[in-house]
Amino acid sequence: MNDNTLLNIEDLVLYFKTSIGDVQAVDHVSMELQKNKAVVILGESGCGKSSMAKAILRLLPRNVSKYSGKVIIDHLDVMTLDDEEFRSQVRWVKMSMVPQAAMNALNPVLRAGDQVAEPAMIHLGKEKEEALELAREMFQRVGVPVDFLTRYPFELSGGMRQRVAIAMALITSPQLVVLDEPTSALDLLTQANIMNVLKTIKWETGTSYILITHDIATSSELADEVAVMYAGQIVEVNDAESFFAEPLHPYSRRLMASVPRLYGTEEPDFIPGRPPSLLNPPTGCRFADRCNQRFAKCDEEPPTFIVDGHPVKCWLYEKDHSAVVNTTNSAAGDAS
Amino acid sequence: MNLNQLRDISRYPSAIVGLAIILFLIGISIYTVLALPYDETVVKWRGGDMVWQDNPRTAPPTWVNFFRTKKLPESIIFNSTDENVEKQVTPLKDDLTDVYMEFTFDYTADEFPQEIIMFFTSNFEKKAPYISLIWKTPDGRELDIGDFSIDKKYTRRLSQDEKLTKKLNGQPAEIGLFADPNSEEPKPLKGTYTLEVAGLTFEPDSDFEAKTVIYGKVFGLAGTDHLRRDLMLALLWGTPVALAFGLIAAVVTSVLTMAIAAAGTWYGGWVDSVIQRITEINMMLPVLPILIMVGVFYSRSLWVILGVIILLSIFGGGIKSFRAMFMQEREAGYIQAARSYGASNARIIFQYLIPRIIPVLIPSLVVLIPSFVFLEASLAVLGLGDPLMPTWGKIIDEARTNGALYKGLYYWVLEPSFLLMLTGFSFAMLGFALDRIFNPRLRGM
Amino acid sequence: MSPDVHKNSTTTASTNDDVLISVKDLHVWFELKKWGFSHVGWVRAVDNVNFELKRGESIAIVGESGCGKSSLMKTLLLLNRPHKGQVIFEGKDISNLKGKELKWYRSQVGYVQQDPYGALPPFMPVHRILDEPLVINGIKDKAEREKRIRNAMEEVALTPVDDFLHKYPHMLSGGQQQRVVIARAMILEPKLLVADEPVSMLDASVRVEILRLLRKLQEQHNLSVMYITHDLSTVRFFSERIFVMYAGKLVEQTHIEELLGNPLHPYTKALLTGTSVPDAANAKHLKHVPPGEPPSLVNPPPGCRFHPRCEHFIDGKCNVDEPPHFEPVAGHIVNCWLYEEGRTSYPAQ
Repeated sequence: MNDNTLLNIEDLVLYFKTSIGDVQAVDHVSMELQKNKAVVILGESGCGKSSMAKAILRLLPRNVSKYSGKVIIDHLDVMTLDDEEFRSQVRWVKMSMVPQAAMNALNPVLRAGDQVAEPAMIHLGKEKEEALELAREMFQRVGVPVDFLTRYPFELSGGMRQRVAIAMALITSPQLVVLDEPTSALDLLTQANIMNVLKTIKWETGTSYILITHDIATSSELADEVAVMYAGQIVEVNDAESFFAEPLHPYSRRLMASVPRLYGTEEPDFIPGRPPSLLNPPTGCRFADRCNQRFAKCDEEPPTFIVDGHPVKCWLYEKDHSAVVNTTNSAAGDAS
Repeated sequence: MNLNQLRDISRYPSAIVGLAIILFLIGISIYTVLALPYDETVVKWRGGDMVWQDNPRTAPPTWVNFFRTKKLPESIIFNSTDENVEKQVTPLKDDLTDVYMEFTFDYTADEFPQEIIMFFTSNFEKKAPYISLIWKTPDGRELDIGDFSIDKKYTRRLSQDEKLTKKLNGQPAEIGLFADPNSEEPKPLKGTYTLEVAGLTFEPDSDFEAKTVIYGKVFGLAGTDHLRRDLMLALLWGTPVALAFGLIAAVVTSVLTMAIAAAGTWYGGWVDSVIQRITEINMMLPVLPILIMVGVFYSRSLWVILGVIILLSIFGGGIKSFRAMFMQEREAGYIQAARSYGASNARIIFQYLIPRIIPVLIPSLVVLIPSFVFLEASLAVLGLGDPLMPTWGKIIDEARTNGALYKGLYYWVLEPSFLLMLTGFSFAMLGFALDRIFNPRLRGM
Repeated sequence: MSPDVHKNSTTTASTNDDVLISVKDLHVWFELKKWGFSHVGWVRAVDNVNFELKRGESIAIVGESGCGKSSLMKTLLLLNRPHKGQVIFEGKDISNLKGKELKWYRSQVGYVQQDPYGALPPFMPVHRILDEPLVINGIKDKAEREKRIRNAMEEVALTPVDDFLHKYPHMLSGGQQQRVVIARAMILEPKLLVADEPVSMLDASVRVEILRLLRKLQEQHNLSVMYITHDLSTVRFFSERIFVMYAGKLVEQTHIEELLGNPLHPYTKALLTGTSVPDAANAKHLKHVPPGEPPSLVNPPPGCRFHPRCEHFIDGKCNVDEPPHFEPVAGHIVNCWLYEEGRTSYPAQ
């Protein structure tokens, strides 16, 4: 961890209680994010990535059964704060979120400008006029015409509403924005536009992003680093160049191979089977029964090995690479 | 979807309680319908002298004595036709016969009886038998309380016998005959009393029977009303009436409402518009005044009122809320798919739309039942109940007309009210639990 | 098997026996009424569209939301009626079919929807879902229906069949649900399959599985497939020709490889630039995207509907007259004034 590190997540756990058992949505996840960088958490449905967003921002439902770990932002472990402190000091102050289907998360009876101004009034303590001025600036930054400040959400198109949601997340100038599937319901050109907006903001204001998505191609528009999530665990973290060219973990490889490409001659592939249920994850490597490089040791859960500075959770990298303490079954201090 | 959810009911204690009460009420209904046939009940309920003769008037139920320090008396009845009453027939000279009977009883209550009446029946041709009554108290006093001749059917109300009252120093029979002479405030003397009935018949085949009723101040499990009727009969019979009325009204209304809403939403266009306009106009109509008018000008029969209520309820708010749900479902993928593989409109409505809505329908139906039960009771309280059937609302109406609350006869009002509330409570509990089961989004609450 | 195998010859002459469905001057307009009574205007969802589809051919229709592809598709399924124009299926005009003939037509076209969970009635198990189309179309023999259901399930690889017959939709994964939808669409042995974004709601690792399945079915049954999508990168998977729609109009029609190598219409070019390929370099620069949004279909702009956003806009032409079909390259039709005959310079690629 160095001075450029904005966010350090250590051993984050989030389990939900259901009538049939505990859903282990986030299972001992660790990752780092540098200042003014964007990390993409890539995963498919049911891997727990949306729960990651909720865990980081402490937007928890009522049936939580376990929530622990360290979330260190700006040298402060926010998990030690109580709910009120978290609300007033961290949420929308240090980090904010653009939730999934954000365009439907706008309050239909408030004008767009008022909604965007609200976080500024609450968290920055600004007066209404000042906050609306700030909202106006935000609208310009995200590319929404300013006369939409006085309009209601239903008068805006899907793409506009998504931009309003982004403006709302940015208005308090947080250091980190978590975006959960920000463009999945939008048209192609609108997606490209929104990505342009996010890039511009990153370059101009130095904000960092955690982008959570299943869309591999679109994620490359923003990614500096890629973290792949499978069955509640992070199985690989890699920088964008290396990842998109040649991923390390077998799952990442097969994921990249399944992306249909506009040009090129190779036909994409698919991964047979389904990811394991988070209710009773298998002991041992969770990807083992769909992996075509499986061998005997995979019955045991692999630790995370560091390959050229990148964490990979796979036995294939055991030789010559050191492991980091990070398994569900081991207690802290069991380093190899 | 179905069996699993029914099992879920067991996880909600409120539902179990509600269901238990409903089953209890259904049990009562079944028993009542089988053991107390309707026609007989109607006849009985109409009353008349002879039917309820032996009951005291407006007496609370016997179990109130449990809560009282000063116990109220129960009725004491002697009939010469009973086996344990000895009738000594002693022939005297000529055709004169002496007929003697003795009624002995223990009096243990702390209050005086309500009244004392003796009923005589006799047969004779020309000369009626002549009766003498002797009253013996526990403390050894003997009183001559009447000498009179009777008729074929003769009722002697001792409480209203002025001569007797004068004899007892201005106290009417029910007090005077029982009062403790040594006590300052009027208090009955406890102990064994005997009433001797000595009669003389003048014809060889002449005979008489005597029934003495010393009316208590409490009666039965439910008490009596102003016409001496046992309220238990009305309470029991009110149960199946209330349940049937509520259930029929709720089911017919809900099913028709849902079908009409489905058809309107699916066909759209003018069909939908017409149905919506009818609904809106109908929702403006005041239900209770219309029912009152029907009751006053046309018929108060329960079935007519039920029919009118259903007619007015079908085009009610339910249509609007079902329509909202159907409009959402109409655009659903599986409906479009059904159209694309050629499903007919009727098939889509009945086999695709309606099964989707039934989980929402059932809880609202269950919660609707008590509203209809209360509606019927309200009509009865307003005096528009069915004239023949004994229902809970009827009891409340009669209680009110006879000033029950002014006279402190709380049981008369509380018993039917309690049953109404119990019914409402049980269906509501079951309905809310069903709602939580069938609509998982409410489960977090 | 590479998609090149499906490339047809580029001759435009088609024998009439080959043509399965032909769309002429199709207009699908929805009436806008105020208060349910008074006419206020028309939503011109599909405006003057013409094309042909041969037996066994598969085409992709590409465009963003509001371009009319869904309305076009629903009209071909006769879930909407055309306002003007004809749809001719196997030589018969189907735009006004009713009753028995309508039912016959519906059995000829299969429908695969975008949302697999929404497409299945949640209260019916799989065998009932597959039984419904058979029952409705008059197949009375129960054994016959059983056989067809089993065949359909085996074709879409929902095996072992007995495991799946009694499951309800919520017990299946997204991919499995979509297989049921496909089985249901195929069970009446249709000649045309209309697939509306069939994989866009599925996970990346499953998409290819379903697309391969569709292609297998197409080959085995000589099916014509209309594949509607906004994801250009899946298009070359099994379609030969591609149509690009914008604001209710067809703006470009040609073979896929031709389109990818030589896109002509400015909107098509924008779509291609807008499609991302997984490449880390993307994060370093902005994409060149036309500003603005697709126009309202009630009051579309005069002339070419794309002109307010087009960087090659020619004042006085593009905003006055609607461009007709031009064919600058054989088999490649584009509706854009830039390709008017006589124009000697084409914009730089």
